[in-house]
Amino acid sequence: MFDFSRVTPSIPYILEGIGVTLQIVIFATIIGLVLGILLALCKIGTIKPLKWFAEFYTSIFRGTPLVLQLMIIYYAMPQMIGFNIDPMPAAILGFGLNSAAYVSEIIRAGINAVDKGQQEAAKALGVPYSKMMKDIILPQAIKNILPSLMNEFITLNKESAIVTVIGALDIMRRAFIVGGDTFQYLEPLLIAGVIYYVMTLVLTFLGKMMEKRMRRSD
Amino acid sequence: MIKVENLHKTYGKNEVLKGISTEIKEKEVIAVIGPSGSGKSTFLRCINRLEEPTSGQISVGGTVITEKNIMKVRENLGMVFQHFHLFPHKTVLENLIYAPITVKGISKEAAKKTAEELLKKVGLFEKRDEYPNRLSGGQKQRVAIARALAMNPSVMLFDEPTSALDPEMVKEVLAVMKNLAESGMTMIIVTHEMGFAKEVADRILFLEGGTLVEDAAPQQFFTAPKSARAKEFLEKVL
Repeated sequence: MFDFSRVTPSIPYILEGIGVTLQIVIFATIIGLVLGILLALCKIGTIKPLKWFAEFYTSIFRGTPLVLQLMIIYYAMPQMIGFNIDPMPAAILGFGLNSAAYVSEIIRAGINAVDKGQQEAAKALGVPYSKMMKDIILPQAIKNILPSLMNEFITLNKESAIVTVIGALDIMRRAFIVGGDTFQYLEPLLIAGVIYYVMTLVLTFLGKMMEKRMRRSD
Repeated sequence: MIKVENLHKTYGKNEVLKGISTEIKEKEVIAVIGPSGSGKSTFLRCINRLEEPTSGQISVGGTVITEKNIMKVRENLGMVFQHFHLFPHKTVLENLIYAPITVKGISKEAAKKTAEELLKKVGLFEKRDEYPNRLSGGQKQRVAIARALAMNPSVMLFDEPTSALDPEMVKEVLAVMKNLAESGMTMIIVTHEMGFAKEVADRILFLEGGTLVEDAAPQQFFTAPKSARAKEFLEKVL
């Protein structure tokens, strides 16, 4: 049933996809983090229009399929902006925008989970809002936020496989191409599966290490 | 020192404070007592605007409190909470020096010196490098008092400071508060500790149903309350 002999020469080609996948995930994470923090601040802030915008944004990106969002960016946007967009930037943008919605919820929840009394204590001491956020609330919120953020990162790493639909040459796409070339799909897809699994294991391990270190500071 | 005029506070349809007026002189120690839900905590929290009054006016040291000057006024109003609210990620000493450095711009050395003196006063100097979660409830509350004092306020507000403590720890906190009262600090204390109120307070404010029912010296209030509601309350708690 298994015959890796014809696929073996293509393994390096599939492995090169790791770089592509990581590139998408890392840049998307940066976009997601920056935008997510901004959206979270809008959500917990008192400026109503910003709050509505942030909530609307989150609702749209969480309420529609990621594949649809990717396809709109890659296939439909050129119609609006008048020029084509390459698969990689489209993938990074799509995942980044999508991830921002989830990240903003993680951060908002992490901040809200900090005891309200902390804010009152800071207020009663005359500490201004921005300093209270920076020195009192966020350092406590970060402990709630980091583990969930790491999970989001791991999910993103796996789910990035669907950039295949817009033709970015990630692990998944390469495995699929090798399958098409050799008329053998089982072996290359298995190889792709192993690569994703190992990446997930490594990231999970890193996440656990990080949590352990944080608990030590308690 | 503090003047409260016709203070109202409403949450939705629920009127918690129905027009409270009183005046508190410098160095006076006031105990605010009353049944739960009488609005005594809300009254206290309106003074430093942790609750926004629905109407009415409060002035501190002759300055009417507004949205704009409240941050400045708060530096002058120390507050101690029922549940301490120490900053858990900062050591005891860091809890004390944070606001003086951040808000008042005092140098770290000067703030440390003041903080260490205050910690000695509340008997917790040797705990200065501990984190709050290593302290008992009574110790936490004493640190919280020291933290409020570190801002060198002219008035101290206490919101049921012993209600969350185990019985054996109440005494140590009350002792610190008594010392503070004797040193001449202006204090407003919301409390259920009748013995303490009787012993330390100069005046008792008895609140019920959002109104100031009685304003009397402790001797008179505890022996011969004027209102039927105060009588009924005292019968229940004494």
